[in-house]
Amino acid sequence: MSDPMQAEQAHQGLQAQSDWGWLKDWRASAWSQFAATPWPTRKTEAWKYTPLKSMLDTEWSLAEQPGTGTGTVFESWDRTVITLVDGKVVDHDALPEGVTVRLLSKATPEQRAQFEGRLAKTLAGDQLFTTFNQALLAEAVWIEVAPETVLEKPLHINQVLSSNARGRAVPVRLLLDLGTRSQMTLVETFTSESDGPVFINPVTEIDVGDSAKLTHYHLLLETGDVRHLGSVQAVLRAHSQMNSFHMALGGVLKRKDIVVRHCGSGAHLQLNGVYLPRGKEHVDYHTTLEHEVPHGTSNEVFRGIIGDEAKAVFNGRIHIHKDAQKTLAELSNKNLLTSHKAEINTKPELEIYADDVKCAHGATVAQLDKGSMFYFLSRGISRQEAEVMMSFGFINELLETLDDEPVKQLLRPMLASLFAKEDELARHLV
Amino acid sequence: MLNINDLHARVEDTAILHGLNLEVKPGEVHAIMGPNGAGKSTLGNVLAGRPGYEVTGGSVTYKGNDLLELEAEERARAGVFLAFQYPVEIPGVSNMEFLKASVDTIRTARGEDVMSSMDFIKLAREKCKAVDLPQDFLKRGVNEGFSGGEKKRNELLQMMLLEPSLCILDETDSGLDIDALQVVARGVNALRSPDRGIIVVTHYQRLLDYIVPDYVHVLAKGRIVKSGGRELALELEKHGYSWIDEEVA
Repeated sequence: MSDPMQAEQAHQGLQAQSDWGWLKDWRASAWSQFAATPWPTRKTEAWKYTPLKSMLDTEWSLAEQPGTGTGTVFESWDRTVITLVDGKVVDHDALPEGVTVRLLSKATPEQRAQFEGRLAKTLAGDQLFTTFNQALLAEAVWIEVAPETVLEKPLHINQVLSSNARGRAVPVRLLLDLGTRSQMTLVETFTSESDGPVFINPVTEIDVGDSAKLTHYHLLLETGDVRHLGSVQAVLRAHSQMNSFHMALGGVLKRKDIVVRHCGSGAHLQLNGVYLPRGKEHVDYHTTLEHEVPHGTSNEVFRGIIGDEAKAVFNGRIHIHKDAQKTLAELSNKNLLTSHKAEINTKPELEIYADDVKCAHGATVAQLDKGSMFYFLSRGISRQEAEVMMSFGFINELLETLDDEPVKQLLRPMLASLFAKEDELARHLV
Repeated sequence: MLNINDLHARVEDTAILHGLNLEVKPGEVHAIMGPNGAGKSTLGNVLAGRPGYEVTGGSVTYKGNDLLELEAEERARAGVFLAFQYPVEIPGVSNMEFLKASVDTIRTARGEDVMSSMDFIKLAREKCKAVDLPQDFLKRGVNEGFSGGEKKRNELLQMMLLEPSLCILDETDSGLDIDALQVVARGVNALRSPDRGIIVVTHYQRLLDYIVPDYVHVLAKGRIVKSGGRELALELEKHGYSWIDEEVA
């Protein structure tokens, strides 16, 4: 492969601006790897149902200066916010005690050495767009939470694409190291105000320390001409807990690879998500759970509603290694198609090499239930309003399990208006 | 109020009703009894307009209009209410949202104002108390995880809020213990009024100890084969349905 995405100039430009030899080498090695990887086609298993054609029509460049934008606002939720516009940190609340934030773009010589140690530990990048992120990385936000720290306020990474972001590639890396027995809530939101093609390429790497507890939201709220290709990679240490909720509204193209590794025994993962493409939008979630050690538990629930001519892909892989005895892992994926032209490709994959484990998976595809529809009609409710309420309910069932009321308050009206072509039809929700 | 004349109906390919006649006047309570498979539930579902229940002959007039011409939601708005034998669970939609949507639609159809949320919540709480359901049921998903008895009481709660003209209770007593049965009966009795017709479909006489009907009809093999007063129900209780079968034969 040469440079089908027309990004080499952006890579070279970035390299020319930097005097940090190690970082340049790190990026150059990723660029070589990216350029040497054959461009995915329909025959490439990981991209079988997600064509990348739309990535080829733009000469992607990096933003010099951030535009302006507000991003996601939560009503009455006291939180620590770090706002990035077009991949640049523009605003930064005071940090609570026990939290250190380092920015790649502003690293002191001492921090450069620390970054080198930390980034070298990150994945070499067998995912194509994690490699791309490394090759074009201008900014990384590294959050370290000291051991035994319980953060009262959630930390909100508010990522915004501004109206100036047309034609931009925006690779950003977020690193979170949560110390032993610490507890926190991390909220990642992504929004876009761009009216032209924009490519956001975020990589989130999370290390949940021994007996630490993380509540995590990763909300892709951009709509319109956005291509969002990125990954979330988490490592769970012994007896840690991670409760991670994902949501994707549609866009031209969204693909999220989520990889969670049970590296310490006795950890628990709850991984939930919803995806809601419509129009001609495309959303793809690829999740992989690596149970590498004994006594880990994972419960994964993803639901999607696919409307109009939209397409969705869900691939849920559970890999239980030879030593991971007494693992409990469950995966459920349910899909609702609200149009005859809507499409879902769902595939659970179990790979089990240990003999004393409990593992279950299921995937369903359905249309709105006729019996439930008649129940609404028999109470005088119109078919259109019933469709909106049933669709809302299908997704809201997962929202109901969230711990944080402000997140529900943000998402519920979005859902209601998403399913209702007229506001009137959503008047009984929210 | 309701005139059913020589009604024939089938479910998928099976003919179930074979010429059913029934007249319900405002203020009357009719009990329809009969053995399993007689067509009791089919009658309720046909009247409510459930898809898959096809009328193949006869007529149904409701308040002077052809009921069968109306869509299910139009029937509900015109005041027809079916209390389901098996109420549906709708997780993710709260009971309160569902009730408000229903009451708003039906009040609008009657030309009444839509209630404010505050007034509605107050009213819904009152009715919850009347059917002995705790108030947190309003916040829970529609019928989600409710016991059989709770589901039936929720049907009754809906009926009380919607104040229909014609109530059809489809085996509302099945699966209820005696306490729940009394709660349901009390609710139904409270709804008895000179301008409302009520049809109670049941397999057992027991419910009729608490909801005393004006008329009892025996439905067998898709037709009403015997009609009478309350004493007919007691007779059925004593002798079962086999003597009816013999009579019909």
